[in-house]
Amino acid sequence: MNTTAQVLEKNKERILEKWMQNQLSDASLRDDLMTSDELQRQSKEMLDGLLRAVSKGNHDNIYDTEFEQVTDTLRDISITRARQGFSPRETGTYVLSLKQALIEVLVEQRQDDTSTLYMEIMQLNTLLDNLSIVTFETFIKGREEVILRQTDEISEISTPVIRVWDGILALPIIGTLDSARTQIVMENLLQEIVNTGSNIAILDISGVPAVDSLVAQHLIKTVSATRLMGAECIISGIRAEIAQTIVHLGIDLSNIKTKASLASALQLAFSMTNLEVRRNDKNKGLNIMR
Amino acid sequence: MERIPILKMGPFLLVTIQIDLYDRLALTLENDLINMVSQTGARGVLIDISAVSIVDSFMGRILGNIASMSRIMDAETVVVGMQPAVAITLVELGLTLQGVHTALNVEKGMELLNTKLIGNLEQDEEEEEDQNDRND
Repeated sequence: MNTTAQVLEKNKERILEKWMQNQLSDASLRDDLMTSDELQRQSKEMLDGLLRAVSKGNHDNIYDTEFEQVTDTLRDISITRARQGFSPRETGTYVLSLKQALIEVLVEQRQDDTSTLYMEIMQLNTLLDNLSIVTFETFIKGREEVILRQTDEISEISTPVIRVWDGILALPIIGTLDSARTQIVMENLLQEIVNTGSNIAILDISGVPAVDSLVAQHLIKTVSATRLMGAECIISGIRAEIAQTIVHLGIDLSNIKTKASLASALQLAFSMTNLEVRRNDKNKGLNIMR
Repeated sequence: MERIPILKMGPFLLVTIQIDLYDRLALTLENDLINMVSQTGARGVLIDISAVSIVDSFMGRILGNIASMSRIMDAETVVVGMQPAVAITLVELGLTLQGVHTALNVEKGMELLNTKLIGNLEQDEEEEEDQNDRND
């Protein structure tokens, strides 16, 4: 009697054909992201590895060394797909359609021996279920990596410290302020104050969608730290809704200089540093007098 | 025992902390500084902590104490040159050093003390001028 591995090995071509058929017939196949040649190549590599592993008599423990190659290939495929933007369903179908193909072939080959067939199907089921779990794990990990990278990028690009004038820094904050970001904002701002020797920092929060008590607390912390360094901090860009929320929440900002717009904050900064901005007689533009 | 030197510059006292403060040293400094204020009748105290890289809540409290004590003795306290990391630590500890003036560096701190002094002078001239003459 043939063992499962031998049966499968003998019918490899047929399995691959059926598997490809299953994959290609799936309505959700994304031929815009991957050509069918590429898919065929990938599938063949994967099937070869799987059959080699099964032929060593290992049917259930996919963490054994025999399966290393299979799981590695699977992880590669899964990660690549996650990055390319495949949906979880498409990636899952990839492995599950192999199960279908294998079972179909087995059913054809073992029509006379139902009890063996039953055992074999059970084994294959467990094996491929495990493999599909690996696929999903990797897929999600891949997506999470993408998200993490994006988060890093956002926090990097969204905290620029701008030197608007000699001794005046501006820091436009865009997006929600959480603890981690406040830390970055604070560090950047304080370092820049040391580097430029600025007296005044303007914190513009027009890009902050909502201010709750936590965000307000973070703002107050930043202002206090700036003050400890020996610089003044002005908060600008407070919209009507934000002013309402702040008052309704009972947050006390009375110790902090606040302005509605960056322009008025800059004006305040000018008057604090005894600078004057006035119109030139010839109307040629702004002339700043010390 | 180690001591932190207190320099007299006109009506002000200048303290430069060059080493990390441990508790006893900080207490000694507090003591010495207040005695010095009372001896010289100084109008301002300038503490340069630009070389201090580590602070704890005790150190923060000492700074606050010095400021409050000096205030009672009619001297303003300015802390200058605080490192960003130190500022963040103090804020995280909830110590915002109310009543302590701050400046970026010694130069700006002196400027600040001078403007404070002039402001005080204008407030009650007679008495201030007497004191100022004595200090000069």
